Amino acid sequence: MDTRVHDDPSHAGTASSVAGAREAIPISLIINGRQRHFAIEPWVTLLDLLREQEHLTGTKKGCDHGQCGACTVLIEGKRINSCLVLAVSRDGAQVTTIEGLADGDRLHPLQQAFVEHDALQCGYCTPGQICSAQGLINEGHASSGNEVRELMSGNLCRCGAYTNIAAAIMEVLDKDGAP
Amino acid sequence: MTSPTLTPTRIGDPVDRVDGVAKVTGQARYAAEQPADRLLYGWVVSSSIAKGRIVAIHDEDARAISGVVEVMTHVNRPQLPRFDHSYKDALCVPGSPFRALYDERILFNAQPIAVVLADSLEVARYAASLIEVDYERETHNTDFTVALADRFVPQDKRSGFEAPKNRGDAQSAYGAARCKIAADFHLPTHYHNPMELHATTVVWEGDGRITVYDKTQGPQNVQGYLSAVFGFSPEHVRVKNPYVGGAFGSGLRPQYQVYLATLAAKMLERSVRVVLTRQQMFSHVHRPEAVQSVALATDPSGRLQAIINDAATSTSRFEDYMETVCDWGLMNYACENASAEYTIARVDTYTSGDMRAPGAATGMTLFELAVDEMAYAANIDPLEFRLINYSDKNAMDDTPFTSKALREAYAQGAAKFGWSRRTPAPRSMKDGRELVGLGLATGMWDALFRQMAVHARLLPNGDLEVATAGSDIGTGTYTVMAQVAADTLGLPIEKVTATLGDSSLPESPAEGGSSMAASVGAAVQVACRAVAEKLLVAADQIEGQPLGGARLEDVTLAHGRIALKSDPARSISFGDAMSAAGLETIEVEDTPASRSGSSGQSRKSRNTHSAIFAEVKVDEELGVVRVTRIVIAVAAARIINPKTARSQILGGVVMGIGMALHEEALTDHRIGRCMNRNLGEYHIPAHADIRDIEVIFVDEPDPEVTPLGVKGVGEIGIVGTAAAVINAIFHATGKRVRSLPVTLDKLLDS
Ligand code: FES
Ligand code: FES
Repeated sequence: MDTRVHDDPSHAGTASSVAGAREAIPISLIINGRQRHFAIEPWVTLLDLLREQEHLTGTKKGCDHGQCGACTVLIEGKRINSCLVLAVSRDGAQVTTIEGLADGDRLHPLQQAFVEHDALQCGYCTPGQICSAQGLINEGHASSGNEVRELMSGNLCRCGAYTNIAAAIMEVLDKDGAP
Repeated sequence: MTSPTLTPTRIGDPVDRVDGVAKVTGQARYAAEQPADRLLYGWVVSSSIAKGRIVAIHDEDARAISGVVEVMTHVNRPQLPRFDHSYKDALCVPGSPFRALYDERILFNAQPIAVVLADSLEVARYAASLIEVDYERETHNTDFTVALADRFVPQDKRSGFEAPKNRGDAQSAYGAARCKIAADFHLPTHYHNPMELHATTVVWEGDGRITVYDKTQGPQNVQGYLSAVFGFSPEHVRVKNPYVGGAFGSGLRPQYQVYLATLAAKMLERSVRVVLTRQQMFSHVHRPEAVQSVALATDPSGRLQAIINDAATSTSRFEDYMETVCDWGLMNYACENASAEYTIARVDTYTSGDMRAPGAATGMTLFELAVDEMAYAANIDPLEFRLINYSDKNAMDDTPFTSKALREAYAQGAAKFGWSRRTPAPRSMKDGRELVGLGLATGMWDALFRQMAVHARLLPNGDLEVATAGSDIGTGTYTVMAQVAADTLGLPIEKVTATLGDSSLPESPAEGGSSMAASVGAAVQVACRAVAEKLLVAADQIEGQPLGGARLEDVTLAHGRIALKSDPARSISFGDAMSAAGLETIEVEDTPASRSGSSGQSRKSRNTHSAIFAEVKVDEELGVVRVTRIVIAVAAARIINPKTARSQILGGVVMGIGMALHEEALTDHRIGRCMNRNLGEYHIPAHADIRDIEVIFVDEPDPEVTPLGVKGVGEIGIVGTAAAVINAIFHATGKRVRSLPVTLDKLLDS
């Protein structure tokens, strides 16, 4: 007979340490331009806050460990894996999710390019790819196809839409760069 | 968005995916994203041993956490049926299906043994980490190479399994030949790893009904399974999967999360959501590990004299999963003497299962590595070698194909790729400090067709709805349906709404095996033709019968009007026809005949083929391989939508590149657990790994293969791709790596 070894030590703890974690802390976030107030526990990630409390399920969970990019959102215009962010640590931040990119019924140029290039299949990695691409454009480091591929490598796509995703991003980059 | 055009959409138009906008705006909701009142979050606790018994589960600390509602285990779970037949889903394989939380027995590592149910995700996750389990271990074996000692030919075959058929006398022909090769190839276990985690939301409706949002490829299969296991009457269970975040076969059979979520909902009479972790995605279905021993012999002119192609794949202790591995090489090449034996071997894991191009992705790929070795042994160009041994018929079954444009695929692919620039000797091509290699392989898959039903509904303004219970797992099913419907009634695709992913809709098989486009396309066409017939009957009610009692073949349908072919000026609108007959809608549900006019004909083989050309560049000092270019020429008959079909091929090719260079589940056999169970260590291709991929669809008219003359394209892209890459690596480096994936250590030491 032997005793179980914790499968995932990162989640192991003692019953008493939970008390602090369950104390709600007031924060506010500007999500897609709207000010939102929350009283949340420190252990809530930004990803789970968006999905489970705000019902903004466009931001996806593919690993919860910062390994797939499905949860990518923009915080102050910078792309970030929202599964690795504790929401309380970003009090006051401006968060843009996939739901905040279009201008009413008018798709964002990246969204439009993704549709036209068929840069998606199942669509599950897609919001993360698009937010990441917007972050990439904001960073201003990528101009060639190779740079796009390199700098988009944190966003996995199991459907294998990579060539079309890169083509869609390049099209928007080229248009942006045009005088 | 493009403004709606009035031009009718046609089969063959490269229209945008109709669900694209929902997906790029984040509006498409997947299984874990459906809201429910008083929802409980279920967190699965996984076993840490591979075999044995649970002696005790200590859940007191977990239960003490506020917000925890229940810890469900084999001890306190609701009653479950005793006999295996209740657990057999429509796609089960021979054996005894896994029953989570049934009793104290542990059959594989990371088996679900408890579910913590709490009012928040965070509480459920935390409380699950507090559970301690005492086990009694038994000796396990997860090492396939050890299990092979007890490999066996499965007696009870799964449905659809085709055992290889021998011909001639391969052993003697091989023995007598002078030019020959023999080699063993190995493919590790692969996990499907769709980007969406397996998830289920069970909505407890409170009146005895449940609505289940599940990550599945077959909502009706899940509905039948849940009804049988949990004692619901089938009409009380509605399973929905309007969007599925990839599956690749992992959603063909019901997975344990839907079972656990439903069991918990039944126990607590509340809505429950269970989402697996990425780690837990490595605890269930997977592509089996495989070994394949191939021996080939030729005469001096390079004609194959013998094929011996034996293979074994892994299965669990409790079910016999088998796939068609050995047949592909025997079907594809002309050779009078061929034999194969397929066996399976048991390990202490979950049952293996279908993953993209099951059987062929393994068996054809590994065979094509051997073909390259044979071509080199015979000193013949690998493309020439394949043409010398080309078979116009299915060489194993001795049946003609409905069509086989593989020769054209080789020719067009080679021309586009520039095969002629290849110098045959290994290590003879360079680009700066990198070695360059060009490789080739052949792909083959089945052109499947399944009968299914479609409901069609036309409104007087020309709005058309088509619906069936099938799924779109990223394959483009919505688009194919809408496009075929639009084509049949002469409408722009914007006028058509396609509905899928609901078990209450007309009967449809699970999405799988590349059968959906051909099957749903045919069913949509039949249903929409029946709508058109009814429109004509309605039109005859118009005073003076302007169409003169015309039949369907006498008219064209376009722009919401019916016009006489002989006199296009004589036309009436759909709306006028319907109002003349007092109809507010025209509704039809129909199922096409099994195959188009195949009765009474001799048996024919129905297959897709492909020729894949790969260019690699290898930095020998670092062992780094880059796949710089792929050209794949696919012979798949008629293509409904070249844009979405191309994406399917691209996806298969990317997975094939992963198979060649990246994917491998690594198990620590001492504890029987997959150790790289995360996306950081289980490598799949990322953006930087994928360069140019060109897809060619070769012209291959085939009215006979399926009613629309369509073959599916979901799997063909993966079949053989890894072989093309690995053959290119040989050409670059002169090194034969026979155990996939070709990681840099293998290139550096061999
Ligand atoms: S879910 Fe955040 S990186 Fe995968
Ligand atoms: S579109 Fe399916 S994972 Fe990228």
